[in-house]
Amino acid sequence: MKPFNIYLCGVGGQGIGLISEIILRAADRAGLKAIGVDTHGLAQRGGIVSSHIRIGESVHSPLVSKRKADLVISLERHEAVRAASEYLTEKGSLVYYNTSWQPLPVRLKKAQEISVQQVADFCEKCEYKLFEVYQKDLPDPRMQNIALLAAICRNNLVAGLATSHYEQAMGDLMSGRMLDANLQLFNRLVSN
Amino acid sequence: MKNFADMLLSREAFSEIVMGNTAVVRAMIEAKTRVVTSYPGSPTPEIASAIAGIKPEDRPFYFEFSTNEKVATEVAYGASVNGHLSTVFFKSVGLNVAADTFVQLGLMNLIGGMVVILGDDPGANSSQNEQDNRHLARLSYTPIFEPADPQEVYHYYLAAARLSQQLHIPVILRLTTHVCHAKQKVSFAAWQPVPIDRTPAFDVNNGPYMPLTSLVFPMKRRALNNLHQVAEMNDKDQLNRLIDNKNRRQGIITFGLPFLSLLDTLAESGGKPDILKLAMIYPLPNQLITDFLTSHEEVLILEELDDIMESEIKRLAFERQIRVKIHGKTDIESWVGEYTADKVAGLLAGVWPEMAAKPQPATAFSVSVPPRPAQMCPGCGHRSAFHAVKQALKETDIKVADIGCHTLGFMPPYNMGQLLMCMGASTGIGAGMSLFNDSRRVVCFLGDSTFFHAGIPGIINALFNKHNITLILMENGTTAMTGHQDHAASGRNFNQETERIPVRSVLEGLGVKNIFEVDTYQQQKLTDMVKEAVAIEGFAVVIAKHACMLKLMREQRRKESFQAKMVSIDQKTCNKAHVCVSAFACPTFVMHEDGTVDVNPDLCIGDGSCLQTCPAKAIQRPENR
Repeated sequence: MKPFNIYLCGVGGQGIGLISEIILRAADRAGLKAIGVDTHGLAQRGGIVSSHIRIGESVHSPLVSKRKADLVISLERHEAVRAASEYLTEKGSLVYYNTSWQPLPVRLKKAQEISVQQVADFCEKCEYKLFEVYQKDLPDPRMQNIALLAAICRNNLVAGLATSHYEQAMGDLMSGRMLDANLQLFNRLVSN
Repeated sequence: MKNFADMLLSREAFSEIVMGNTAVVRAMIEAKTRVVTSYPGSPTPEIASAIAGIKPEDRPFYFEFSTNEKVATEVAYGASVNGHLSTVFFKSVGLNVAADTFVQLGLMNLIGGMVVILGDDPGANSSQNEQDNRHLARLSYTPIFEPADPQEVYHYYLAAARLSQQLHIPVILRLTTHVCHAKQKVSFAAWQPVPIDRTPAFDVNNGPYMPLTSLVFPMKRRALNNLHQVAEMNDKDQLNRLIDNKNRRQGIITFGLPFLSLLDTLAESGGKPDILKLAMIYPLPNQLITDFLTSHEEVLILEELDDIMESEIKRLAFERQIRVKIHGKTDIESWVGEYTADKVAGLLAGVWPEMAAKPQPATAFSVSVPPRPAQMCPGCGHRSAFHAVKQALKETDIKVADIGCHTLGFMPPYNMGQLLMCMGASTGIGAGMSLFNDSRRVVCFLGDSTFFHAGIPGIINALFNKHNITLILMENGTTAMTGHQDHAASGRNFNQETERIPVRSVLEGLGVKNIFEVDTYQQQKLTDMVKEAVAIEGFAVVIAKHACMLKLMREQRRKESFQAKMVSIDQKTCNKAHVCVSAFACPTFVMHEDGTVDVNPDLCIGDGSCLQTCPAKAIQRPENR
């Protein structure tokens, strides 16, 4: 089996650690060999955070090589383009949550914000499959990662992972009200 | 939800997806480690997070965050000479702080054994350099094990503990950033708890423990003898792996994460060199390496950072007159950065091009994405402080930064920080810059955890030698950057409530005459105080305090009664002065193309520290969402 590489990214504070660990554990629940690694430390303060997941029998380093990710998952619009440019392989898929956390140069009027249209144009010209996710009625902005996870599950973006695998992985990592709220949202969006 | 703490204490063998930093905790438990110490620093603080999950009364060992890495090393040493297997862990540059004690460990008879876990940082992911701590291991005659992944982290810790207990020597377990944080399913053995032996076993007859004058030489000879013995043991160590592809032309000697990067690039290229992958990387297994060198025409030494192994292997080949072509580092770039699969492919391409995976070309079409430097969090007290301090200082004044979240003040728009060295260095550097300097005031920043860690000697020096500097103490009550560990002024240590040691009391006790103190949200007051402080001839301190809002908000959100709030902007009143978004620069503010400003609901925590920055008073008080 050819390795399946996933590169996840976002901005520090968006909850990338949870979605990444859910996918890693879902792959394990599905009986696949999976390894991964997260960034920690300085970048978590409002900088770029990333996480790598590699699935397959013949994967060794937890780090995904440049332009060898089959799937890029981004929690933010600017980071979606940055990550896809750097990591996505030919004919790969980009799924991102459409929110903008403006980088400093944009707020200082030294650079332009990346628009939804620019993401679409970029993906079209590079022949990437694009999945834009936005959910307007989220009870808490910190649940955007679960909305994104539901889109990944619904569109079967990680082959071999069924809804039940994601649910079990969520159950491994959360409990009580937090688990209930996240599972409820996940299930509602998956069945939509 | 899985109970990871219970799992770490499982009596039965089990396997679980964990990161390297968690795997090592189970290894400590199985090895019957009794005392573990640390000072927080990336990439290692998650070792303590895993320990924190276990209730103090259930922990089969004692753990503390000490005031700095040197003290942590001393506590672990003291425990070891009293008969307990101990472990100290910290980040790469932490070893510089610990060095004065660390370099002596090899001279001592550590009857309980002691493992030093180093979190080195190739790639400088979260450090001020990417120093290769194998140099300090050589300096102190200390053996090193280096694992490549979490499973090996577990096995190698156990091996390090065994060796340390067998020869009563310190042993290093050297981890690198992406080994600490790598996650994989790790298989653990069963564990049978044994009661802690409470006999203080210290005996001077196990020594000498006094390295003075002529006693130094027998102690040094013992250390060198041990090292020699370890090298011979390494020749037979089953943890070393030989991948024999029957390739008599090309062999590669490597270790750690670069080994995995190599396997990835070979899997793509189809290359099949023989590979000798070492577990203990210092001292080297001389016979094993000799055999490998003699059985290959060419050998590549694949080692991240410095050329330590390459130099030793070349020396060995020279001494033993082995006819083999040795490939090592060729240019400066081979000394720089982490050896990822991409990097290893690039290096291989220069030696045996057919072995290297082809790099992917860049995308045919590209979009320029603005860079995203790290930022202080919404509501961060440091932001208010920097915004206020900036109003009090002249452009020409010298601003010395220090380590912590407040280091980020060096970035625009604040530009509060022009030099950075290491923990606690700001007052010393500032003192030097104040000499023969009558025109540019020197202002130094320092965090509160760093104050206790290494900041106090510089402050005493400023008093003792009457230096003319202003210190701004950025007090947020925690060690924020590394994940909110408590420090001496927090009122809690890792295990229990403890008497606070207030920063102000220490300064008063030292005899600092000019102490100002204000909450950073009172920006005007802080500006006035800094103006007053810098006008003072001599040493003055401004304590700029505000609780870490990231920590506070996490605590608040857990409460049933929590009510989320956010500010808003009255667009009719807004005169587009843009102070909030461009000068105060809270990431919560959104700049639209037409110059209007909005609030990002994902980010605003409703702290209201921005209200006072608006000249038009357009920012409205935080309201419930």
